[in-house]
Amino acid sequence: MDSAVEKLPILFLCILLYIIVLAIPSVRKNGLRSKLSPLIPIGAFLFFLLGFDGNKQTAVLWSHDLLPTQLSFTIDGLGRLFALLITGIGSLIFIYANGYMKGAKYTQRLQSFLLLFMLAMLGVVLSDDLIMLFIFWELTSVSSFFLIGFKNEDEASRKSALQAISITGLGGLVMLGGFIILGEIAGTYAISEMHNPETIATITSHAWFTPMLIFILLGAFTKSAQFPFHFWLPGAMKAPTPVSAYLHSATMVKAGVYLLARFSPILGDTPVWTIALISFGGVTMIYAAFQALFRTDMKSILAYTTVSALGIMVFLLGMQSSDAIAAVSLFILVHALYKAAFFMLAGTIDHETGTRDISKLSGLKTAMMPLFVIGILAAWSNGGVPPSVGFLGKDLIYESTLAYPGLNYLLTGVSVGTNIMLFAAGLLVGWMPFRGKKISHKNLQLPAPSLWVPAAVLAVLGMLFGLFPSLINDSLINPVANSISGQPEDIHLKLWHGLNTVLYLSLLTMGLGFLTYLVIRPGAGMLGFIESAERFGPRRILHGISHGFIGLSDWITKILQNGKLRIYLLVILGFLVLILGYVVLAETTFTIDIDMLTNITIYEVIIVGILFISVFLTLFSGSRLAAVAAMGVVGYTLCIIFVFYSAPDLAMTQFTIDTLTVILFVLVLYRLPRFIRLDFSPRHILDGLVAIAVGALMTIISLEVLQRMPEREISDYYALNAYVLAKGKNVVNVILVDFRGADTMIEIVVLSIAAIGVYSLLKLRLRKNEKME
Amino acid sequence: MNTIILKTASKYLLPLLLLFSIFVLLRGHYLPGGGFVGGLIAAIAFVLHAFANGLPHTQRLMRIHPGFLMPFGLAISAVSGMFPMLLNQPFMTGVWKKDPVPVIGSLGSALFFDIGVYLVVIGASLTILFTISETR
Repeated sequence: MDSAVEKLPILFLCILLYIIVLAIPSVRKNGLRSKLSPLIPIGAFLFFLLGFDGNKQTAVLWSHDLLPTQLSFTIDGLGRLFALLITGIGSLIFIYANGYMKGAKYTQRLQSFLLLFMLAMLGVVLSDDLIMLFIFWELTSVSSFFLIGFKNEDEASRKSALQAISITGLGGLVMLGGFIILGEIAGTYAISEMHNPETIATITSHAWFTPMLIFILLGAFTKSAQFPFHFWLPGAMKAPTPVSAYLHSATMVKAGVYLLARFSPILGDTPVWTIALISFGGVTMIYAAFQALFRTDMKSILAYTTVSALGIMVFLLGMQSSDAIAAVSLFILVHALYKAAFFMLAGTIDHETGTRDISKLSGLKTAMMPLFVIGILAAWSNGGVPPSVGFLGKDLIYESTLAYPGLNYLLTGVSVGTNIMLFAAGLLVGWMPFRGKKISHKNLQLPAPSLWVPAAVLAVLGMLFGLFPSLINDSLINPVANSISGQPEDIHLKLWHGLNTVLYLSLLTMGLGFLTYLVIRPGAGMLGFIESAERFGPRRILHGISHGFIGLSDWITKILQNGKLRIYLLVILGFLVLILGYVVLAETTFTIDIDMLTNITIYEVIIVGILFISVFLTLFSGSRLAAVAAMGVVGYTLCIIFVFYSAPDLAMTQFTIDTLTVILFVLVLYRLPRFIRLDFSPRHILDGLVAIAVGALMTIISLEVLQRMPEREISDYYALNAYVLAKGKNVVNVILVDFRGADTMIEIVVLSIAAIGVYSLLKLRLRKNEKME
Repeated sequence: MNTIILKTASKYLLPLLLLFSIFVLLRGHYLPGGGFVGGLIAAIAFVLHAFANGLPHTQRLMRIHPGFLMPFGLAISAVSGMFPMLLNQPFMTGVWKKDPVPVIGSLGSALFFDIGVYLVVIGASLTILFTISETR
């Protein structure tokens, strides 16, 4: 196999390399590195355009027997269309961004994040493995977080970035759950291996099918901003416009649509899928289109129309008919073309005039003729006016809703209503700022080509593909439809279908859309009304949940991290007793066999007597120093017991350690206030009980270990081989420095870390200006 | 503590205890002892000196902060562990000189490893003790 798909890792590595190149800070604004950055997406675009036809190619690059997942890429019609959109629109966005960010700070940083995002998106649409797809999916969430919050000095910006990542991130995690269930049911994590009829039957008839599907749909719906998760998308408009244009036309939000399209042949033919997609998509498309009509900020209008368009795509994917699949295949392209053009237009107007408020803008036509043309062309395609490619798309939508059994009137009504409002919204952005009297914007002139040529390319393409549908019919759209339906489709895009219902509906849409545009006058009053619906909607609920969550974690932290050493010890030891105690009690049978014991000598009696006395002194002495000294005596008696049982090494170490411990205690206690014995409180009883429990537990465990001694082989091996292999007669030391030398190495590292920790805790104090509050 | 007996004794005890700690370190391979115990004994020797003469005096005597012993010790241990790799043997393999050296006995990489442990133990325990006793 020497297919182009195997060269994908090279492409990914190149992109990654340039991300690093861009991430190295530069002294100059708009240096050579950022000027050259469009070359990367352009190169990638050419790679996907020339390297692949619509046929499916899969390559497993790395796999391991022990792992169910593998590193594998697949590219088919759907993946190719998305890859082309991601890199193609990406190229234009990079050129645009160079113009838009001219003279601004951190251009390189923006481009580096954009490239990272592009890489992640390519990974999402080209991965064949579920887990790999998930990883890239989350990477898009993370990189879009940085992009949306790019203006990091602005609080609203940071807030909406956080909102976006929490919604899409949560959805992603739920989706991971769905993926794992899917992978376990199917017995494979490779999407391309799920396509055969038996596997599909296994999946769809499984008891866990419905929860799994709901999990995956939640991931897709949050990413693609479906109602009621849509509000993060309008919030994300705080990003610089090149970012919005990229994220919301062709990439980020389409990831959810991509996911649904990818799983459509596997999971699509089920009632849950159909009901969920049609209802959520339908509600989203009409609700968001209605919201869009009353906005005054151009980007806000575009945001809501994007949500609405995503709703249309989800809605179409739910219908599963050939027409609907053809419609969605085309609409993905149509929407990307005109929406990216619109966003760039809005950004350029904002860049030149300083405002995006359509109620303040008018008469820009004279100064910015090319922008006006772009606006008209984009609105044309958006409104589905012939001969644009949008017209083809809308035709197919109406055809599929009309043919839907049972609900055809309702679904057609909803889509016509949505399209009427979208038509009007398109005019609001594409036409309204240009018509009318010229408002004095000082020195208004045509911006640099990089600010309008990219948008012009997209707008012209939208018209070109409409006039000559054969340009994209066989090469792009048909393969996409094949991958969405899972079987060969036969699509013939054409402008003229004859005088039929669809045409009348189109005419009706245009007429009513234009009327709506004439009637609607966006302004502060309507804006306030329409925003109140958003404010009390799902966003409020989510805010409540997140605040509750913060409160909860605050509460838990205050309980666990209360700053009292005593409580920490109590919690740790109590937990230890509970866990170990349970195991010990459950698995141990207690029998005491007195005959097993060796004879008790007089020395042992004396030592144990001393031990008991010193324990008693430690517990009940009135002075700390005496208690510490008594503790030392406890340690020394233990040493002597070690000596009795011929463990001199242990005894020596214990002896020195005890000496140092007593010294340490004295040093610390020296600084404490005088010891006062207060009343005997319940807390003392609790402390005592925990102490007794820990002691008893440790005793039982050590006795138990002696009884079981599972592997004598190891100690025998050490004893036999200490001299032979390691030339040492002291087995303990040989174990420490030779047999288990690596352990000792790590132990001395830990010891050093502990010493550094003590030093830095006690010695390094914050300077005054470093202190917080 | 300001007792003339302890002060005088500590003057002689310090070198004696240090010698003893080295003795314990070196005999470790054949008889009870080793780097860990040896290091602790050396640390106790310095602490005793500090008790008798005051911490600043001991610190002056030591010239360097005991914390610097830790990186040296770690380096010695790590190098002695890695040395066998130069001879194409796995990490931590014991490499021994054929003939025994007078006084020390047989010389091998394990001994150097133990010396590293010895230094780290002195450094770490003295750093902890000195830091705590210095802090007001």
